[in-house]
Amino acid sequence: MRKWEDIPASEITDLALFLRRREFLRSAAAGAAGLLASACGSADPAVAAAPARGEPITGVRPGPAAFGTDEPPNRFADAASYNNFYEFGTDKSDPAKYAHSLRTKPWSVAIEGEVAKPGVVPLETLLAPHPLEERVYRLRCVEAWSMVVPWIGFPLGDLLARFEPTSKAKYVAFETLHDPEQMPGQRRRVLDWPYREALRMDEAMHPLTILAVGMYGHVLPNQNGAPLRLVVPWKYGFKSIKSIVRIRLRETQPPTSWNASAPREYGFLSNVNPEVDHPRWSQKKERRLGEFRRRPTLPFNGYAEHVAGLYAGIDLRKHF
Amino acid sequence: METRRLQRLLPAAVVGLACVPALALAVRALRGSLGANPVETLTHETGEWTLRFLLACLAVTPLRRSLRWPGLAPYRRTFGLLAFAYACLHFSTWLMLDLAFDLTQVLEDVVERPYITAGFGGFLLLCPLALTSTRGWQRRLGRRWLALHRLAYAAGVLGVLHFLWLVKADLREPLVYASVLAGLLLARALRLGRTP
Repeated sequence: MRKWEDIPASEITDLALFLRRREFLRSAAAGAAGLLASACGSADPAVAAAPARGEPITGVRPGPAAFGTDEPPNRFADAASYNNFYEFGTDKSDPAKYAHSLRTKPWSVAIEGEVAKPGVVPLETLLAPHPLEERVYRLRCVEAWSMVVPWIGFPLGDLLARFEPTSKAKYVAFETLHDPEQMPGQRRRVLDWPYREALRMDEAMHPLTILAVGMYGHVLPNQNGAPLRLVVPWKYGFKSIKSIVRIRLRETQPPTSWNASAPREYGFLSNVNPEVDHPRWSQKKERRLGEFRRRPTLPFNGYAEHVAGLYAGIDLRKHF
Repeated sequence: METRRLQRLLPAAVVGLACVPALALAVRALRGSLGANPVETLTHETGEWTLRFLLACLAVTPLRRSLRWPGLAPYRRTFGLLAFAYACLHFSTWLMLDLAFDLTQVLEDVVERPYITAGFGGFLLLCPLALTSTRGWQRRLGRRWLALHRLAYAAGVLGVLHFLWLVKADLREPLVYASVLAGLLLARALRLGRTP
């Protein structure tokens, strides 16, 4: 304990400050609490501003029982706030935040290439002849997470049949809207815009493959690929192209965006396959959102009985 | 309050502030507001703070020298230990919450996935640095202490590679860290700020 005469004058607290020390401590504590509070409140769209549902869709009948699953769907808030849609930013929370700038009306789809009846068709005309079904599908992302989503749509094959593909049609190519003004993420060349995807003709005609216009009983939110998207449940999620503006039937294999971006990592077929790892991470397991432990990934995302036959005799390690 | 008293409180205040990200994550975890993939959010954010504190640690000496600010010196250890603390949080989130202690998966990942090899290697390098961070060890090791602690740069490089290699396509964020690290390495190599 120092003697009072050893304490230098410079260390004596100013009386005014001394009397206000409690105030100082209070404001320091308040400052720290404020900092903590704002750090806690940081970006979580699922809680902060629950994503809005689109208009309800009525007259939806259940899909074929064979394609269903009794696994519980994920929460709508998760499906609509955790998205890979780089056209609106590369963070999972970006599409929910920024996709409001997408104008989904009016919308047309160009059907072209190896078809007898090509045309640019307004969306309502395109959809009119197709009764809508609910399809509860697993969606497995190449990043090794997955969700169960109750889509509303109809088989792609039914649509293609209307336009009468010619005998030369071996592949179906899809394109997303390219408009950096509506899709700010396209201002950076993270990928080569517009986003492109494609299927073999037999994959496109398969009854599992659907074009979706809604989910969870409502119209698709923008961040989920409104107003029209593809869902191919036995392939990695990036094949399920969103916000489609063009469908072209071709004789030769079309380019696809992720394959063009990193051909060693993303193939054309991109079937869900636990035996074939991504070069940088394993595909053996996945995190089903909402579950604690990872679960084993199933061949063809659990749709093997319906689609494995399409690939009989193909080396799926080579054609990943 | 007197400058000297403030100066004594400053290190504590810095550490207090440095704990805010971890506390915020804990609060968000309890409230269920970590988003749709909470484990990913936790892993990612603890990883980012590890890198930030590691780079802050590596920046202390160049800043101290070029700004002629001796008061910065003690913060080299503060930031280094904070980086280690966040690295432990990051590693244990991955081990416990992501892999659920599946040690075969851990081994497979460390051996077969370059980005995890880099991350794990970086973490391992930080361990002896954390253990020998005290003045006692500085004395015990003498000149060898300095040589050992140069491994902090290697840990930085491995951390940045870890981030670069795990990103799917958007390299913007990892490249920011990479350029800061490159700048610090350059400053080191050029011996900036040292009086001749």
